[in-house]
Amino acid sequence: MKPNTDLIEYLLRLGDSALIQGQRLCQWCGHAPALEEELALMNVGLDLVGQARNWLEYAAELLDDGRDADHLAFRRDERAYRNLLLVEQPNGDYAVTILKQFLYDAWHLPVLEGLSQSSDERIAGIAAKAVKEVTYHLRRSSEWVERLGDGTDESHARMLAALPEVWRFTVELTSADDSEQRLCESAITPDAAQVAATWQATVSDTFTRATLPVPAAPSYFYLNARRGLHTEHLGILLAEMQFLPRAYPDATW
Amino acid sequence: MYAQLVETGVKRIKNLAEMSDQERAFQEKIDAEIKIEAKNWMPDAYRQTLIRQISQHAHSEIVGMLPEGNWVTRAPSLKRKLQLMAKIQDEAGHGLYLYSAMETLGADRDEEIAKLHSGKAKYSSIFNYPTLNWADMGAVGWLVDGAAIVNQVVLQRTSYGPYSRAMVRICKEESFHQRQGYEILLTMMREGNQAQKDMVQDAINRLWWPSLMMFGPSDEHSPNSAQSMAWKIKRQSNDELRQRFIDQTIPQLELLGCTCPDPDLKWNAERGHYDFGEIQWNEFYEVLKGNGPCNQERVTTRRKAIEDGAWVREAAVAHARKKHNKNAA
Repeated sequence: MKPNTDLIEYLLRLGDSALIQGQRLCQWCGHAPALEEELALMNVGLDLVGQARNWLEYAAELLDDGRDADHLAFRRDERAYRNLLLVEQPNGDYAVTILKQFLYDAWHLPVLEGLSQSSDERIAGIAAKAVKEVTYHLRRSSEWVERLGDGTDESHARMLAALPEVWRFTVELTSADDSEQRLCESAITPDAAQVAATWQATVSDTFTRATLPVPAAPSYFYLNARRGLHTEHLGILLAEMQFLPRAYPDATW
Repeated sequence: MYAQLVETGVKRIKNLAEMSDQERAFQEKIDAEIKIEAKNWMPDAYRQTLIRQISQHAHSEIVGMLPEGNWVTRAPSLKRKLQLMAKIQDEAGHGLYLYSAMETLGADRDEEIAKLHSGKAKYSSIFNYPTLNWADMGAVGWLVDGAAIVNQVVLQRTSYGPYSRAMVRICKEESFHQRQGYEILLTMMREGNQAQKDMVQDAINRLWWPSLMMFGPSDEHSPNSAQSMAWKIKRQSNDELRQRFIDQTIPQLELLGCTCPDPDLKWNAERGHYDFGEIQWNEFYEVLKGNGPCNQERVTTRRKAIEDGAWVREAAVAHARKKHNKNAA
């Protein structure tokens, strides 16, 4: 396989995950539990959509088929989307939202830290900037996991209820496919096993402080975002997000 | 303005001779353009008027996130999505800033927000109109933020120090949003297809009059203005500000190549101003009373957000207490 194909796939995975997580955060607008949270959710979402644009722009350049970042974001169907299954899950209550954000952040940060050392300078540059943002995201989401886990009886119960809703999708955070393996061998991307170890340590540390149990590692079954096999939630999310560019394909906005 | 029809509770303005020593010293300070600060003595009616005005203003920032939030998930490009998210984030920040300014007057944020949710407190009438196409995001930035800026630029000189300083900060960001909003419309008009141009004109047709209503009732029907002006909370009348807004906005409308939904709009060389048609005051008062197109949805959404989030805030408080106790032990 040509190295570029692996790289393009990888950039789409990074960009799509950031974009879909950002889109989910947009859905909170006006509905957050406090004004400070409105601000924080939009702030995190803004960072992520900004990162998505950077990754998708690079992917578009490598693709070199006339599509730009907007085209990749707004014209690809769900079978072509490469985001993590975790981030496409519905927002649920604040416990689900916080848990999703935390599990993603705890994975995202070591990935970006590794990427900031990438042999690909463009990737290293984008990742270095994103590391600063995601360091803040992880600090915030881990603090909320702790607050809700070790808050009231109700918040603890809600976190326990949220856990099985999202946990099974973490299988994607701790594995790598052949394509990612090759990129790692070329020193373009970090070692997936190391990322997984860091992720597990962060999760187990934060969950302990939050008085939450660390569930057993989930196992792979059928769904696979790397091959565009998503849950039923993504199609609806994209229908909303892509409506205008789809309805007016010749339009400039 | 983000705050319309603010009751002063004052029927007739006292002259200096009728005032107590304290009141006279206060009024003389106002007349000398010395800012009033939180710890200074102030008439109770001045304090209450400011609490009402600043809280209305803060509520408007928060409710104002909803018509934009309606389109943030559907923004048509990554650039537009980022701009809109940044704008909404700024608005939440403005709300926080204004609630802080309000609290310097001894008011409680949660109490004032409860008034919003019970329908007792007002917010700007403009946010009771629905956003029905993407061009509304441009028109809200251009017209609605434009009208807000005309008001807020004057409020930078308002007599209460914390409010005046809040306005200086907020105005900088608002001007940026306004230019971005206008640029959205300009792009659609210059580079867009017919459907997009129609969206722009449709957005202007729907938002033009509600934007003019943001300046409040006409001067002859503004019983509270005289006291607000004497206290220099307000610095210029509703009609003066509305006229300024129209005069500066019409050339921008022409540059877009759009039309104004006002058949009576005409340049008056003698006055050096645009003449314009009569505002539908009946509609304005209905919206303020809660009978506008989105009043119910807006207030319900906000109330539900705070009610549904109660357990989250309670958890944060409980956790903070646990941590505090642990550290103390």
